[in-house]
Amino acid sequence: MDDVLIGTLIASTLRVSVPLILCALAGVMCERSGVIDLGLEGKMLMTAFATAAVGVASGSLVLALLAALAVGVALSMLHGYACVSHRGDQVVLGMAITMTAAGLSVVLGIAGFAQGGQTPPLPEAVRLDRWFVGAGDVVAQLPYIGKTLSLAFFGHNGMVYGALALVGGVWWLLYRTRFGLRLRAAGENPTMVDAAGVSVRALRYQALALNGVLSALAGSYLVLAQNPSFIPNMTAGRGYMALAALIFGKWHPVGALWACLLFGFLDAVSIRLQGVPLPLVGEVPVQFIQALPYLLTVVLLAGFIGRAVAPAALGRPYVKER
Amino acid sequence: MATAAVELRHINKRFGAVQANRDVNLRVAARTVHGIVGENGAGKSTLMSILYGFYQADSGDIAIEGQPARITDSSAAIALGIGMVHQHFMLVDTLSALDNVMLGAEPGWRLQAARAQVRAQLDVLMRETGLQVSLDALVSELPVGERQRLEILKALLRGARILILDEPTAVLTPQETEALFETLRGLRARGTTVLLITHKLQEIMALCDAVTVMRQGQVVLDCAIQDTSIDGLAEAMVGRRVNLGRDGKRAQPGAVLMAARGLNWTDALGVARLRDVSLTLRAGEIVGVAGVAGNGQSELLDVLSGLLAPAQGQLQVGEASYTPARWMSTRVARERRIAHVPEDRHRRGLVLPFAAWESAVLGYQALKRYSQRGWMRRRAMREDTAAMLERYDVRPRNPDLRSSQFSGGNQQKLVLAREALHEPQVLLVGQPTRGVDIGAIEFIHGRLRAMRDAGGAVLVVSSELDEILALADRVVVMNAGRITGELPIEQCTESALGRLMGGAH
Amino acid sequence: MSAQPVELPRWMDVALLPAVNLALALIVAGIVVTLVGFNPLQVLTLLAKGALGSQAGISYTLYYATTFICTGLAVAVAFHGGLFNIGGEGQAIMGGLGAGLAALAWSAQLPAGLMLPVMVLSAALFGGLWGAVPGALQAWRGSHTVITTIMFNFMAAALLSYLLVNGLKEPGNMTPESRAFAPSAHMPGVHEALGAVGIDWPRTPLNLTLLLALAAALLCYLGLWKSQPGYALRAVGYAPDAALYAGMQPRTLMVVAMATSGALAGLVGVNEIAGVHGRLLPDFVAGAGFAGIAVSLIGRNHPLGIVLASILFGVLYQGGSELAFEINGFSRDMVFMLQGLIVLFAGAMAQVAAPLLFKAWRSMGGGRQHG
Repeated sequence: MDDVLIGTLIASTLRVSVPLILCALAGVMCERSGVIDLGLEGKMLMTAFATAAVGVASGSLVLALLAALAVGVALSMLHGYACVSHRGDQVVLGMAITMTAAGLSVVLGIAGFAQGGQTPPLPEAVRLDRWFVGAGDVVAQLPYIGKTLSLAFFGHNGMVYGALALVGGVWWLLYRTRFGLRLRAAGENPTMVDAAGVSVRALRYQALALNGVLSALAGSYLVLAQNPSFIPNMTAGRGYMALAALIFGKWHPVGALWACLLFGFLDAVSIRLQGVPLPLVGEVPVQFIQALPYLLTVVLLAGFIGRAVAPAALGRPYVKER
Repeated sequence: MATAAVELRHINKRFGAVQANRDVNLRVAARTVHGIVGENGAGKSTLMSILYGFYQADSGDIAIEGQPARITDSSAAIALGIGMVHQHFMLVDTLSALDNVMLGAEPGWRLQAARAQVRAQLDVLMRETGLQVSLDALVSELPVGERQRLEILKALLRGARILILDEPTAVLTPQETEALFETLRGLRARGTTVLLITHKLQEIMALCDAVTVMRQGQVVLDCAIQDTSIDGLAEAMVGRRVNLGRDGKRAQPGAVLMAARGLNWTDALGVARLRDVSLTLRAGEIVGVAGVAGNGQSELLDVLSGLLAPAQGQLQVGEASYTPARWMSTRVARERRIAHVPEDRHRRGLVLPFAAWESAVLGYQALKRYSQRGWMRRRAMREDTAAMLERYDVRPRNPDLRSSQFSGGNQQKLVLAREALHEPQVLLVGQPTRGVDIGAIEFIHGRLRAMRDAGGAVLVVSSELDEILALADRVVVMNAGRITGELPIEQCTESALGRLMGGAH
Repeated sequence: MSAQPVELPRWMDVALLPAVNLALALIVAGIVVTLVGFNPLQVLTLLAKGALGSQAGISYTLYYATTFICTGLAVAVAFHGGLFNIGGEGQAIMGGLGAGLAALAWSAQLPAGLMLPVMVLSAALFGGLWGAVPGALQAWRGSHTVITTIMFNFMAAALLSYLLVNGLKEPGNMTPESRAFAPSAHMPGVHEALGAVGIDWPRTPLNLTLLLALAAALLCYLGLWKSQPGYALRAVGYAPDAALYAGMQPRTLMVVAMATSGALAGLVGVNEIAGVHGRLLPDFVAGAGFAGIAVSLIGRNHPLGIVLASILFGVLYQGGSELAFEINGFSRDMVFMLQGLIVLFAGAMAQVAAPLLFKAWRSMGGGRQHG
């Protein structure tokens, strides 16, 4: 394999993984506090639409991002209202958000742009620029690995680097701050947190707010960096794949990162492997590679390759008992 | 007179129809270990909950260290220097001991710096008190005794000068108990006041400076430890009982229907819940299992009914013999005419969303009478339900009413009716009249006696000593998973029972 | 599943609460419809007309309803067993695959009288298997069915895609479809059946699977509430501790619940593959699994309620189709949005409305506890 191939493979893995990473981080925040998030798909879809619609209408990247953030946080607050304040079923709420988003985004899209639910392409000014291009040219001069490194890690748009930085950020928040400690405890033993004088409800709402922000970034990335138009159902199940990744990563931000990169790699490589026989196994069907992330998650959940233990209080609404 | 650490005056607290605390006065001298003794329902837990801010008293006042105090919630209690170690630990298993101690009182938002600060404080505290805990280990890795020490450290770190311990030795081995006592003596020397809630009389005598005994919401004894004895405490705890409702018939126990030998069982946390328990049930006899709840009675019922297989032991039912490898299942138990009225009728005895006629066949659904080639024979089920409702005076007489909509007493009567319907040889009953109104209590007791008179063996587990004394022909007392004693009813004096319940052998 | 802390009397629980939740969903949907420039009442009337105003309309409505009955029953059976089955999509795909493979193998050799039952059994078997595996993983390994069934959905889609492209495609054909089945593998359309007795009926996809679905609903009702395994299944679902006390085997029952659930969803394959398309093709389920969740929630997890709710959803889908055809700018996505709103109000936010209704009823002097 030549270095150009390796380089481009790493690059496309990174680019494909970004929405997964951001979405998985959103899920980590929410689920570590004890609230199941099955609405990632819907949040990502709705915020993608908001970004596209406002981006086209206003021509401003800032406004488009703000719109996405507003929509993301609003959906997460709905999540909180139904599930934290009113102890509604968290699984059903997630399904509701996803199903409603699928319909609503197209309805608004048709109303606003009359293109069958699609939005017109975002103007170039709104889309993201490439970063570190100059540095990339310098690195490319290095012997042996320069070309590969340059192709793989330099010249991506800002959100790629942002997503990687956010992994560190979420890790730091969860494991190096007081808020993170309390949040993790709320997902394991909310009674204890309550007895210690800390509000479980406030913690979960704060976690949901961050969940809204992160899923908004995931959704906006789809139109800012990938497809310049919003297309109905453009998330294509990636919200669920992010959920699988976060479980596969055992609810840890860095674990989720590796899982997302793995799944992204599988996605990036699946097309290239079509018709190419691998040693030992022969030709691997593209559908098998597409199903692999889900299969691996099931195998992990069944405890056949290590154990994935969810936060102990995940999914159980907290009721102050006295 | 030195200022008392804690003074509770004329405390009253009512929950619905139950007067949990009635005009309670408690004075705890500073730098002492003060024991609070009583059975279940005596009111000691309520009193301590009021002190820790979980409830507010209906009337009465509190003074802490001489100053009047209003304790509205646990934060207020903590601010006043009161700390509590609960019976069920409030710890997060997946976090380290250090993080658990810190939670809610972290000095600053940056965790590493906060950890270093708290660690330094804890090092000093651990040195001073002799309480050793591995701060960096995850709580899930710590043995039970160490977890308890962690809870004590947590309270002390928040500045507790008054430490309440709720049944601390329930989960400890004798060695761990001794270690705990050493710790508490050390804390007393340091100036901490300790309130020890317990029902174990030997521990009180060994450790405490003063003791308060509560019974039925009131204080019945309050004195220095040298002014009393185990017998004195036992008698006060159990009280003068008039044997109500005994029908005067002398039991004539017949053949052995069920014999258990050497039952041992340890739970997932490593606490031994049944220790070498042996028990015999004879026809025509009611055996009462007395003791404060949580001393192995529930596990005993589970083992005898087939819900749980012990780690060691043997069970003989008629000619059949069971060992842990092939223990009796609940289905086999019913086939051998062993019936079971569970302690928790809401979670086990009934399926609350089911109609009465559906709950009335729970456990017996596979009988030929009720099931034909996979279909339920609903007419037979409804007939039997109607008979049950009639015979046991369950109201309303509506077999279609949802089980959850019957009152507690009627639910219990329904469960008992169901278990009695199939003419069991052995009836195992847990807490027969918990949450049941007076009229139903009388009825249920009458039925249990009738079963005995008809030649059955009845095992009654109850945390209400009155009930045991009213029903049993022979009383077995459990404490810490062991049977501490067995007495025929004529020999059951208050002090004898109290001693046995309090752990004396 | 979260517990309902408020106990409403039966009639409120069964009729009033779903009606209120449906009304809330319609109101919110109506607001959106108004915002995008339509008159909600006009939309509703046209929708009803499009669905029920003609023989063709009614037929299409019932054809959609057939599919929803199957996926709705699937969700309900699992629910009564205490489990959440979101895998209706995947189980329906597998059901269709099962029916299709049987047809491809034997449709030339067998007469319709044998082929069709074989297809039905095959669909149920494949769907049931796809449900049983997550059920077993939950029972023996503790893997939560919520997550595993979602994963199985994607795996089913991938499997179907693979088979269509690689094994079953007609050689020389570009589209990923199997060859057409022999005529014996065709479930007669209702128009054909009515035609046989002299009644003239327009040609629509509505086929006799409708009867199968209704029979399945009846069987579910009888099974759940009149049979001994159904009794045990509900006991495990409502009160696992009581089930253990009663000598039941919760693990086995969990698998049975999920297998039955999957088999029911698999019947969608009969409706679509045998009844309509006559060949295997991609995406014949098209979200019916998720619609089943909505149907079951509004139908209060009871077969009768599910049948009624399925007809309601059939009306929405068919009416939506008509509207999309007639009105410029209207699309079926409004129906999908309404579907999501129904799940929101009848499912996730049920806890919000129920206590309010309870309070209102109590203040009007409603019942007291007996005893």
